[in-house]
Amino acid sequence: MAEVKILAIESSCDETAAAVVEDGRRLLSNVISSQIDIHTLYGGVVPEIASRKHTERINRVVRKALSDAGLTLADVDAVAVTYGPGLVGALLVGVSFAKGLAFAAGKPLIGVHHIEGHICANFLQHPGLEPPFPCLIVSGGHTTLARVKDYGTYEILGRSRDDSAGEAFDKVARAIGLGYPGGPKIDALSDEGDSSAIDFPRAKVDGSIYDFSFSGLKSAVLNYLNSCRMSGEEIRTADVAASFQKAVVDVLVEHSMLALEAGGEKRFALAGGVAANRHLRAAFEEACSARGVELFCPSPVLCTDNAAMIGSAAYYEFKNGVRHDLSLNAMPALKLGERL
Amino acid sequence: MKLIALDSSGNVAAVAIFADGRILGEYRIDHKTTHSQTLLPMLSELCGRVDFAPAEADAIAVASGPGSFTGLRIGAAAAKGMAEALGIGILPVPTLEALCYCADEWKGVICPLLDARRSQVYSGIYRFSEEGSLQTLVPGEALPLGEQLERLEAYPEECLFLGDGSDAYRGALEERFGNKLHIARPHRRYQSAAAVCMRAGELGRGAIIKAEDFAPEYLRRSQAEREREERLKGEQA
Repeated sequence: MAEVKILAIESSCDETAAAVVEDGRRLLSNVISSQIDIHTLYGGVVPEIASRKHTERINRVVRKALSDAGLTLADVDAVAVTYGPGLVGALLVGVSFAKGLAFAAGKPLIGVHHIEGHICANFLQHPGLEPPFPCLIVSGGHTTLARVKDYGTYEILGRSRDDSAGEAFDKVARAIGLGYPGGPKIDALSDEGDSSAIDFPRAKVDGSIYDFSFSGLKSAVLNYLNSCRMSGEEIRTADVAASFQKAVVDVLVEHSMLALEAGGEKRFALAGGVAANRHLRAAFEEACSARGVELFCPSPVLCTDNAAMIGSAAYYEFKNGVRHDLSLNAMPALKLGERL
Repeated sequence: MKLIALDSSGNVAAVAIFADGRILGEYRIDHKTTHSQTLLPMLSELCGRVDFAPAEADAIAVASGPGSFTGLRIGAAAAKGMAEALGIGILPVPTLEALCYCADEWKGVICPLLDARRSQVYSGIYRFSEEGSLQTLVPGEALPLGEQLERLEAYPEECLFLGDGSDAYRGALEERFGNKLHIARPHRRYQSAAAVCMRAGELGRGAIIKAEDFAPEYLRRSQAEREREERLKGEQA
């Protein structure tokens, strides 16, 4: 069978992205137009501004993805788009554009789950990786531990009951004056700090060994900062950053290893923007190698939001016969593994 | 000129196909704001009914604002996607101007009112000339209804109101105009893709722009931008 080329579009948050992927594994192009410089002015993503910027940029981004791949729209077999979860206004731009494109070009349309895309970024990075394997997805909007049972088949093991890991990073970064986005800044500052300086809590969730909770940790950091300020004690921000990060990473590693032990797999995958965090990667490397488990993780550019991962996920949906019609809508709270 | 026309700027979702001065078909619904789910299925069905292949279109005409931010973007993004696939441009049609074409035989001034929430309307003041071309007397903007009514006092002719703002502010309009109040009847009061076609035909090929250069004219910045500006002003003062 000839190769399947998919043009994929992603606009669920503040990245306008398009890519062309062949057979779910080979990246022919990967264009990302980030709005981070704009949202930094507001200390976080402003949904209305993100939606407006997507609308302005999407044609150029899609056109560049095709031209970088040396293709025209006529050469692609399907158009794929993220339809959830994410910011509804932002998702609607990509979904509406993709539907217009697919309709006018007479191409099949495939809606893709954003988190499934993050998982599939691993297929682009690691040609030999195949299901089943457990995977931890950590990003600005999501913290989910899932088992990838087969292509397009997922079982959710656990997720955050409150803040995502990425949100906790952003909030703590703001509290110690690092600004937005918090993840990379805390990652960098932690190098200079002592991760055992402050004993922040590692939360457990009653009734579920795999679920996460980060709001208590965030509050503990804020309380610590307050009590230092009240007592006039010097705040060593590098120690706060390192100790906070260690508390997040410890919980993520612990729950992930429980999942590995329960399933008995010898492979584990990381995905999502926070998976670009160097300390998190190092901790997973150590925990996996101690158990003889092979760790898979996408390169940083495939960890953060991109459309290539959507093109990979869409390929397996395409093979499974998934096609969406022109009534496809944005689904801001779409669940992992849910099919419409 | 052949056009595919879209209007999803308000409660109405509408699509039409225009070919050399004729409206080959229009599909228009005023039922729930689920435009993302309805707009393109309606267009697809309409194209089938009138044997129109999207590739025949010279441009995509789209209501370019003002209106619901999300509604405008659903139409804009769909138009941009179609234009990209077909290698054609977009013909932006200001929503308030298109609305006037619902009442293009009115001899006085026309004042479309779109409910802009926050105690404001999106509105402009227009008139059709003797020759039938649309003249802009006051360009569209977001403002309190009272300010627009004051501006209308400069025009002695009778005024026709259009748009969902004439429903939202009916009480205030009745109070002001009494039995001199003219509001278009429901079949001509709201957005229509046929009216977008008529305005687009008038604007002509010269108004077509590149798909990548098109963005809606919201006539209002985001809340975050407005608040940030206020804060910066406060800090300077």
